[in-house]
Amino acid sequence: MFGYYFDLALRSLARNKVLTALMVLAIALGIGASMTTLTVLHVLSGDPLPGRSGTLYYPQIDPQDSRGYLPGKSKPMDQVTWIDGMNLLQAKRADRQALMTGGDVAVQPGNSTLDPFYEDARYTTADFFTMFGVPFQYGHAWGAAEDEAHERVAVISSRLNDKLFGGGDSTGKALRLDGTDFRIVGVTGDWSPNPNFYDLNRKSYDENEGVFVPLSTSQDVGMVHDGSVDCWGNGGGGNTPDHNAPCVWLQFWVQLDSPAKAAAYKTFLVHYSEQQKALGRFQRPPNVELRNVMQWLDYNQVVPDDVRLQTWLALGFLLVCLVNTVGLMLAKFLRRASELGVRRALGASKKALFAQLLVESGVVGLVGGMGGLLLAFIGLWLVRRQPASYAALAHLDPAMLFTTFLLALGASLLAGLLPAWRACQVAPALQLKSN
Amino acid sequence: MEIRPILASLRRHRIPAALIVLEIALACAVLCNAVFMIGQRMADIHWPNAIDEQGISVITVNGTDPALAASDIPRNLAALRGIAGVTAAAAATSMPLDQNPALTGFTTTPDGKTTVNTSVYFLGSGGEQALGLHLLQGRFFNADEYADSGLKNFQSTSHVLLVTQSDAQRLWPGQGALGKTLYANGESWTVVGVVGDVLAQDPKFSGPGGRYSSVFYPSHPDEMMGDYVLRNAPQDRDRVVREAVQALGRLEPGAVVEGKTYAQMRTDYFADTSSMVWMLVLVCVVMLAVTAFGIVGLTSFWVGQRRRQIGVRRAVGATRGHILQYFQTENFLLSSMGVAVGMVLAFGINLYLMSHYATSRMPWYYLPCGAIALWLIGQLAVLGPALRAAAVPPVVATRSV
Repeated sequence: MFGYYFDLALRSLARNKVLTALMVLAIALGIGASMTTLTVLHVLSGDPLPGRSGTLYYPQIDPQDSRGYLPGKSKPMDQVTWIDGMNLLQAKRADRQALMTGGDVAVQPGNSTLDPFYEDARYTTADFFTMFGVPFQYGHAWGAAEDEAHERVAVISSRLNDKLFGGGDSTGKALRLDGTDFRIVGVTGDWSPNPNFYDLNRKSYDENEGVFVPLSTSQDVGMVHDGSVDCWGNGGGGNTPDHNAPCVWLQFWVQLDSPAKAAAYKTFLVHYSEQQKALGRFQRPPNVELRNVMQWLDYNQVVPDDVRLQTWLALGFLLVCLVNTVGLMLAKFLRRASELGVRRALGASKKALFAQLLVESGVVGLVGGMGGLLLAFIGLWLVRRQPASYAALAHLDPAMLFTTFLLALGASLLAGLLPAWRACQVAPALQLKSN
Repeated sequence: MEIRPILASLRRHRIPAALIVLEIALACAVLCNAVFMIGQRMADIHWPNAIDEQGISVITVNGTDPALAASDIPRNLAALRGIAGVTAAAAATSMPLDQNPALTGFTTTPDGKTTVNTSVYFLGSGGEQALGLHLLQGRFFNADEYADSGLKNFQSTSHVLLVTQSDAQRLWPGQGALGKTLYANGESWTVVGVVGDVLAQDPKFSGPGGRYSSVFYPSHPDEMMGDYVLRNAPQDRDRVVREAVQALGRLEPGAVVEGKTYAQMRTDYFADTSSMVWMLVLVCVVMLAVTAFGIVGLTSFWVGQRRRQIGVRRAVGATRGHILQYFQTENFLLSSMGVAVGMVLAFGINLYLMSHYATSRMPWYYLPCGAIALWLIGQLAVLGPALRAAAVPPVVATRSV
């Protein structure tokens, strides 16, 4: 029966090409626009480290002076000071912990064919690589011993390795950064968590560092910090604050393998704050937060407002297109009232007619879905050409591809319900008589 | 035109009529809000900026030896002034819209509080001329102030500063700003001049309060000054940037030298915003087209259904004009109902966006403008089917049956 209805649907659709084309176009436009924005939203709100993000936490404490403190309302700071970072790092209360900050280093290539250039860098302690599961193409990460010894070692990204060494194994080779020679110990593999969750002060999407060096070494060499610095009291400012200055400018991440450990770590943070208050370093009562990766991203509202607005707009547009399709389908089905009347008179039940008409709207939906997919590809291509930082990530994945067809089919069936029901109400006798 | 027969006929076609009303209402609601967003973003792109935007070029130098800044910067400036067409050159720590904000909260009392992020600029000698600042009150910095001032921990060691007009009015409403004192982080500075409103280094980040909140300090050559600001005639700017990058590349081998015209910097800053504007425009146009096609489709169906009725009317004396008017009036009635619902919906959407996103209240005149747009679209869309209806010959009435 389905095959027969399908055949009837094709015949009926071919009979009035303009109306059919309008319906398909309306569905395609609505689906294309909403899939484009939904894909962007899907990409931007994804999990940067699937499988790991649940055990990675970002501790926040509040070392500010009491000026402007509102109990229960003041939020703890988004980064840590050098002193607190070092204290928490050395306390080693978590399964793994890393203290880090961002920077900009001048890469001065040995071969004279390349001009010196700037590269984003991350100054971090060794656990960064194991904690975030950074894969290595060549070599390995440095260890805690190198951190302690302030060794001049560096890990570079495969992108930088391609640029400097043509993609070959560069471990053991020298790399001149900010006028100091570093030894390359590792080259990372393909690794680019999106969004760049571990330091949201930098561009959040599609920008990963090319150079990683030990935090201790970066301070010895006087490498430039790049990121947010937030000072209070008599803290001054500047891009690379003094280690004793009341300024937060470092990120501290911990790995806690079970919820019980997370709860224990939060208690530890409260104790730490109390202890620092007793020492006179902190003035506020303990004010701590411990968020995992997804909670941290949510708290910082990483997905740009513009993207969410665009999604709402596209869904509104889809709704307009759907109402439009309902209208057109109604016109189409009612125009065939006489044909439907004949079928009714020959014994077809209302249910059968209803099914036949729904098959017809389903066909419109499928064709519209294909058109919508094409439009979504064009839309995403346009998005990728935009200057926004996330633009390059806008690609359709299989899940979204499937969603597209589901959405198109669902939308067109929904649009077909009312017209099909209305068309089934025809009185067969009246239709036969008027012919 | 008699409306009652139209209403009677619409009552017999409730569902199609309701669909047209609904479609127009949705289109009106989305259109009003989209156009409002376009308007807001266009206003952002055109924020005024009281510097010589067309005549400035900025060369950024990174990776020089900090110890040599005191001698290198004057040498580089001398070389830059030697380029044909350059009328002024100075070093600075940052530029408006360079997206690298250095912010401080200033207060008018030693222990006051502020929520405003003020952008901080350090200018080398001649910086006011190179930027083209508009002096409104007081004076620019003198040679001594330039020579004796510097930076420590990104705090100025000078005792003077320039403020913008907006800040002068915000901080000391109804009083003159000259001679007043500003405090931050335990230091204080005296206002010696008020300049026209200069945009912040990252106005989107600083928020509305910080958009025109900027202070300028004098400074002797310092390692933090990575920007060379050149002033030239607008038609020379591309050549000046090219030559300046070459000149500094020769003087600072090993450093990273990048040059841009200020106009380019501004375009880059608003690139996101303008692409959003284009996207919104595209959605509006396509949506109006879809709405129009929907009306064409439904009205055509109606005309087809009523051919005999039209024929009868023509046969008993109605002119083509009457038939045309009938369909136009019918569409006008439906559009009116649609925009009435649409305006309420648009207002509701705006309220929702205001509570969830950084959107402001939509001015009332967007609503009637959206309504007029949809009335026009409706009339245009109905014209084709209505003309076809008017062309129905009276003889149809006598055929068949």
